[in-house]
Amino acid sequence: MSGRTYLGMPAFPVEAKASTKDERLRANLRHATHTIRDKRARAVGELDDWALLREAGKRIKDHTLRHLDTYLLQLEDRVTAAGGTVHWAADAAEANRIVASLVHATGETEVVKVKSMATQEIGLNEALAAEGVNAYETDLAELIVQLGDDLPSHILVPAIHRNRGEIRDIFRAQMGRWGRPAPEGLTDRPADLAEAARLHLREKFLRAKVGVSGANFMIAETGTLVVVESEGNGRMCLTLPETLISVVGIEKVLPSWQDLEVFLQLLPRSSTAERMNPYTTMWTGTTAGDGPRDFHLVLLDNGRTATLADEVGRQVLRCIRCSACLNVCPVYERAGGHAYGSPYPGPIGAVLMPQLRGTTSEVDASLPFASSLCGACYDVCPVAIDIPEVLVHLREQVAAQPGHGAERAAMKAAAWLFDHPAALAAAERAASATRAVHPRTLPLRPAKAWTDSRDLPELPAAPFRAWWKQHRTTRQEPAE
Amino acid sequence: MSSRDAVLARIRAALADAPEPDPVVRDYRTAHVPGADVPVGHVPGADVPVGHVPGADVPVGHVPGADASTGHVPAGRHVPAAHVPDEHVAVIDLLAENLADYRAHVHRCTEAALPALLARLLAEHGSRSVAVPPGLPHGWLAETGEVRQHPDEPPLTARELDGIDSVVTTCRLAVAETGTLVLDAGPGQGRRALTLVPDHHICVVRTADQVVASLPQALPRLDPARPLTWISGPSATSDIELDRVEGVHGPRTLDVVLLE
Repeated sequence: MSGRTYLGMPAFPVEAKASTKDERLRANLRHATHTIRDKRARAVGELDDWALLREAGKRIKDHTLRHLDTYLLQLEDRVTAAGGTVHWAADAAEANRIVASLVHATGETEVVKVKSMATQEIGLNEALAAEGVNAYETDLAELIVQLGDDLPSHILVPAIHRNRGEIRDIFRAQMGRWGRPAPEGLTDRPADLAEAARLHLREKFLRAKVGVSGANFMIAETGTLVVVESEGNGRMCLTLPETLISVVGIEKVLPSWQDLEVFLQLLPRSSTAERMNPYTTMWTGTTAGDGPRDFHLVLLDNGRTATLADEVGRQVLRCIRCSACLNVCPVYERAGGHAYGSPYPGPIGAVLMPQLRGTTSEVDASLPFASSLCGACYDVCPVAIDIPEVLVHLREQVAAQPGHGAERAAMKAAAWLFDHPAALAAAERAASATRAVHPRTLPLRPAKAWTDSRDLPELPAAPFRAWWKQHRTTRQEPAE
Repeated sequence: MSSRDAVLARIRAALADAPEPDPVVRDYRTAHVPGADVPVGHVPGADVPVGHVPGADVPVGHVPGADASTGHVPAGRHVPAAHVPDEHVAVIDLLAENLADYRAHVHRCTEAALPALLARLLAEHGSRSVAVPPGLPHGWLAETGEVRQHPDEPPLTARELDGIDSVVTTCRLAVAETGTLVLDAGPGQGRRALTLVPDHHICVVRTADQVVASLPQALPRLDPARPLTWISGPSATSDIELDRVEGVHGPRTLDVVLLE
């Protein structure tokens, strides 16, 4: 269970070359992303002050990040005063150690989990497994991913790459290994599949002693944590266990209780395209007789402070993980989430992971190029992250690294060509004249590297300049 | 150096040259229901002058008690809602519409008719048992006949709750624009598990004083120190092909009674 990780995954172009040829994956993704993007547009359209809410959300986040130390200290103070315990983790390994030791202290060997991007990011399930602790994902999509020994491919809907038939097959084959088997004669109706998950997980909820979650928001002023969800598995994990451990990125803090009036309007409409998600749980420390007796908050850095230091890149820390940018991205729609090689796929992943992990690995160095810079992601971002701006900024960083000489040369060559119209015209004519013998990819390094990830476009019969010259002379031109 | 100190030091180093960002401006609507929106200032009933546009270099400081750089009003400040009757009717109608849109079953009745309605809803669901939170008004379950009542005093175990068919509660407030019920574990609502484990939840909303139009009107009336559950329709998932299915882990049937 949860044996697969993103470690050592190939660079985006390699993975995408395979995934874009997977017809079923592309059909699943096209159907799902088009459905949600239309719904989102309707949900956002209901609020005529959306632009003002978006601007307020952006500014609240910017203000918070500018004073992040102050707000984290205030949060720590309030959580502690309300009966919680706050831990600080500089990186993934430290966060995993803290959680494992907290679980060990309870004497338990299994935990139930609310879907959480932060715990995906740090590989908590694998770290706990190595310590002899089974972590059960309870979100339906995460359950599908975990039972299928698969990897998430979408922030909101991690099993978006699976259709109903595949999900039925996974449930039939795998549920019995981990608990209550799938009901006899399980169909592929979504309602029946949801019922199978309800029955399978109920037993785990009722006996769980330790819950693990992330959080969507943390309020510095009050010490309150907020988890938004749909299914009720979050409420189960946050309410029934005796011990609750929440692992949350330091950028998730908001200054004030009132700030929720902005973010609880921005998030559900951007994310699930609903006026409000079915369930939201808010808790402040512990409450006698209601919910966990022990509450631990693990504040996670893991590359966030490095991102904060980059004056262009720091805006990415405004992200509230709604996934609207994935659903409108033409590259994500065709390549799928796995090609991005991290739990954060799509446009936001392409700007987040190279900053959190650095650009030393092949996959992280390739991510800033996994975009056509069309800007649809920026348009739908509820906190106005200018993703194209950050992509270009990161491309510059990658290009300045050793080992990217060819790309620099290609860009230089292009720049020269556009500065020299006669040479450009000659090159175009030559290209058109020989197009019948053009290969789909270029055979020799370093040009081969460019076409490893891009099929060369077919060239038109005549260069645009020639076409223009001809059509300008044969048409009646208006007087200048 | 502890990780706490290391992270704080990294944050301070990262921000050493960072400029102060644009001040927070809260010029969005306080409600979207016609008539229920207080033009600017986001606190219903507050007397607030107009005049902030995005980018204007003026911090929001017109709300009494608000912070200059964040424009925020401290939590827990009680702000009375200021509805006039016609608007309030529109707000309640919108609540009913939005609750129904997310597959809650909405009923309207008077206090006198409530016991009979609750008995009917339990019977229609086929419930043979009902969990009763402390503080639920006496008499509400007076006409439920054979349905076995399980008071949560002393607290029922999770497994006991799992064997109970329904739960009847009040709420702290309801938000019309989003079709949301908010429970704060107060009298008549019970602890959070009570409205989670049984498969059928009947929630009674007093329309006279528990319905607000919007989130900006709801938050000042809530106490963050209490455990809060926000409920917008029965549990649901869109995890299979982004096709919404009602009913996963929380109550699969949500009846909402709007008490007139």
